[in-house]
Amino acid sequence: MKFGVVVFPGSNCDYDCYYVLSEVLRVDTVFLWHEDRDLQGCDCVILPGGFSYGDYLRTGAIARFSPIMTSVRDFVREGGLVLGICNGFQILLESGLLPGALLPNRDGHFVCRYTHLKVENTSTPFTRLFSPGEIIRIPIAHHQGNFFMPSRDLEKIKHNRQVVFRYCGPQGEEDSGFNPNGSLENIAGIASPDFRVLGMMPHPERASEEILGSQDGKKIFLSVIAWLEENRRGRH
Amino acid sequence: MKYCGKIVVVLKPGVFDPQGVTIKNALHTLGYGEVEEVKTGKFFEVILEAETEVVAGKRLQEMCDQLLANPVIERYSFEVEGKQ
Amino acid sequence: MEDIEKVSEELGLRKEEYQRIVEILGRTPTPTEVAMFSVEWSEHCGYPHSRKWFELFPREGHFPALFGEDAGGILYDDLAIIFKMESHNHPSQIEPRQGAATGIGGIIRDILGSGARPIACLDSLHFGPVEDRNARHVFRGVVDGIAFYGNCVGVPTVGGELYFHPSYRGNCLVNVMCVGIAEKSKLARAVAQGRDNIILYVGNKTGRDGIGGCSILASQEFAEGEEKRPSVQIGDPFTEKCLIEATLEALATGFVVGIKDMGAAGLTCSASEMAAAGRSGIELDLDRVPLREEGMEAWEIMMSESQERMLLCVTRGHEEEVRQIFKKWGLEAEVVGSVNESGKVTIFYRGEVVADIPALELTAPPIYTPPREKPAYLQAVNDDSRLNSLPLPRNYEEIVLRMIASPNLCSRRWVYEQYDHMVQTNTVVLPGKGTPVLRVKGKKWGIAVTTDCNPVYCYLDPYRGAQIAVAEAALNLSACGARPAGITDCLNFGNPEKPERYWQFVEAVRGIADASRFFGLPIVSGNVSFYNESPQGAVHPTPTIGMVGIIENVERAVGGVFKEEGHVVVLLGDIKEELGGSEYLRVIHGLEVGPPPSLSLADEKKLQELLIELAHRGIVTAALDVSEGGLVFALLEACLGGEVPLGVVVDVKRWENLRMDAVLFGESRGRALVSVREDAYLPVERMARERGIPCFLLGKVGGKDFLVQSGGRVLVSLPVGELKRTWEQVLS
Repeated sequence: MKFGVVVFPGSNCDYDCYYVLSEVLRVDTVFLWHEDRDLQGCDCVILPGGFSYGDYLRTGAIARFSPIMTSVRDFVREGGLVLGICNGFQILLESGLLPGALLPNRDGHFVCRYTHLKVENTSTPFTRLFSPGEIIRIPIAHHQGNFFMPSRDLEKIKHNRQVVFRYCGPQGEEDSGFNPNGSLENIAGIASPDFRVLGMMPHPERASEEILGSQDGKKIFLSVIAWLEENRRGRH
Repeated sequence: MKYCGKIVVVLKPGVFDPQGVTIKNALHTLGYGEVEEVKTGKFFEVILEAETEVVAGKRLQEMCDQLLANPVIERYSFEVEGKQ
Repeated sequence: MEDIEKVSEELGLRKEEYQRIVEILGRTPTPTEVAMFSVEWSEHCGYPHSRKWFELFPREGHFPALFGEDAGGILYDDLAIIFKMESHNHPSQIEPRQGAATGIGGIIRDILGSGARPIACLDSLHFGPVEDRNARHVFRGVVDGIAFYGNCVGVPTVGGELYFHPSYRGNCLVNVMCVGIAEKSKLARAVAQGRDNIILYVGNKTGRDGIGGCSILASQEFAEGEEKRPSVQIGDPFTEKCLIEATLEALATGFVVGIKDMGAAGLTCSASEMAAAGRSGIELDLDRVPLREEGMEAWEIMMSESQERMLLCVTRGHEEEVRQIFKKWGLEAEVVGSVNESGKVTIFYRGEVVADIPALELTAPPIYTPPREKPAYLQAVNDDSRLNSLPLPRNYEEIVLRMIASPNLCSRRWVYEQYDHMVQTNTVVLPGKGTPVLRVKGKKWGIAVTTDCNPVYCYLDPYRGAQIAVAEAALNLSACGARPAGITDCLNFGNPEKPERYWQFVEAVRGIADASRFFGLPIVSGNVSFYNESPQGAVHPTPTIGMVGIIENVERAVGGVFKEEGHVVVLLGDIKEELGGSEYLRVIHGLEVGPPPSLSLADEKKLQELLIELAHRGIVTAALDVSEGGLVFALLEACLGGEVPLGVVVDVKRWENLRMDAVLFGESRGRALVSVREDAYLPVERMARERGIPCFLLGKVGGKDFLVQSGGRVLVSLPVGELKRTWEQVLS
């Protein structure tokens, strides 16, 4: 199986994702340059964190027009797995591959710290190794993580179980005091209706090694690996 | 009386506008090669109570000088309209 | 003829300097030449007032040291760790956000110019009092600027210092340090060499940014109400990020002979210094320089400080290949000249020669050694008889609550959470958790970094204060288990033409030199910032020390926060009755009186070695130095720094014969706190005794309260939950 990490001008966490996949998890991983159209036979594509195009104009607004995103759109249509982390999540939203929008953090500042998340849906390829309602610790680092959508759309995605991660307290408390950016209903990550595309603000690649303080993020990558082992169809 | 100040804040000439350059390049990539330059700025609508339009204008100017524009690198312009 | 002399005067050149220029050229200089000399010979670029003193600095140590044109470093294993600190004080005072942002951009490019990938930044920040509206504005803007630039460019800001003091009113200090890593064999130099090799300009286009910023801003104090506005540069971290990636890719081709950042004094500085370093000459054709503005004159192009630009010397025949790498990343990349053997910098514009200057002379500004005089204030402030009659506090809890809410002792969480301190996934000890430690992927060893300086000590005694800065940095590194390896410095002082200020500077330099030599630490790079004065006065002497250390087993890095209830708390080093220069004295009694704490370099070294050994053996669970705020504040940091605060119970009865406020808040040197499991105390005590280091069992971690007692008498008993809340809210 093969993972691809897309590199946009301004991506910062591409190498961090690549490192976890190729060095820690030892899976075949390649970089995908934003101007290429070839996804090189990848089974899962990662849109990493960073500041593609400096976040100029609107975060993710320019990156979504990259040639690689055309291929990613086709890939998604064919049922491919895509994980958008932080800026990657923002790009998925601007591309329309996931619904909603990300506004500036409620407090107006960039925030970098560890958060606790509750895993709300363990039926996705990205979360199958977690137990329902499991509390995990993964860090965030963003200025625009305030997830928003009109309430009618919110009801729809909740009904479809598309909410995958929510910010919570260390014991799973749902107090808004544990919501670092003001996002609607403490939402930290959502999936597409078929669960094949996941966007999340926290950085799992920063929580995949004990020396960095948490290994909860690794389980997301391991879930994908487990799912691919069962389901890969060689669609290339 | 209610007034509405429509304020536009832009970078002073000669001050580098990295966003503008990046957006211009993106427009070119999308096929809008005819674009020569893009300048970015901010737009504010400030609705306020004032006795007269002149007073409103004066207050808005003070707001711009003090907060809305950074006089080191930005300049501003505004219009005042009566508001229902 | 007159005109040119007047121009040169306006640009800040002295009469003698102008004469020297005429001598060097053998004729009257052109306007462009005068402009080039004025920036290259300015304080910020040429260091005329300080260069001579750097000869005092040691260049050797435990690890091999490297000295490059713009940055330096140390060698360890098969890698080079490159680091440097720089100031951006005056621009940040004028436009805080952009001043701080471009400061980060500049220091990152200096590291990049050595061929190293920037892996971390630290910043040492000094502002006027928080009560001051302008100081608050500058503080917020600077933090915002560091976040804006650092986060976007993808280099984590992992540590630093923050200090508020009236002497910085009207003149803040923004010192930024950057650390990078390169393979030993792949380091780059800032040279132009090899006849007919190509000079390639890369990065952003050139505009009128910062014209005269370097010479005008750095060589004058801030006069009342003066507008220095047009000289502010705007940062573009997106372009910088692309520049980092493109530059490293270009260097990997092997066809880049030399590379240099276009920072202060832009194209003038980079072209002339590369030529001088390569003992060669450079020809530049300004018509080929990518310009952002219309109608720019030659002197404007040569003086421009537009950001995110670098100059490369590329092997002839391979310039297109290198050019394409930069174009791929969306950057400007143009051939603007070539290397020759003339030894001169020759500039062409619109078909004419506008400048033709010998490179070596251009890059060797005159050296000035102004008179120095011991300041009159020193005697008065070091009269510690006032301290003996100081009344003892009646309520220590009240003192703690007041001090914990003071801006120099409170938590910095509001600041560092605005910085992405985890990007690049190397940060092993996070801000607020101890001395910052970075792992190096693929290696067992890691790097610890710190910046330190106590300006009040330096004001009271510049020589000792500077020594203490070096000692404090070394102790901070040792606490986490790292062996100090090398130093970079950023020396911030007032107007060197005032004898008392210049005396402070020279004393500080001597202090740094003596302490570094004793500890075996080379000073590999640095920066000097003079003229930090406003009508309100000069800043306190602030010789900021940046230090890097190596930790052999990064998995054994020790944090500075208590981990578990039941661990015992140990004080290494003894408490002396020394209140001089302490934050307690300043905050509670409004006094800035010395002398600063006494210093024994030998005792410091012994303690450093013990801490490194303890970490290496995996015996300690937390370790931190005792500094500002004394024993109580070291304990508070260790208790409150974790996600869940821990209580502690300590007893200071054995020092009851000393002034209790000195015991609790005095800042005597050579002390560290460690926590260990109870059954590990005896081995620690034995190791300390063998080295002649005093060792005391102070108490135990546990409970919900911060409890300090002397025998049966409770001095302080406060719930840690509330303390943490107060401590963290001060800056927001």
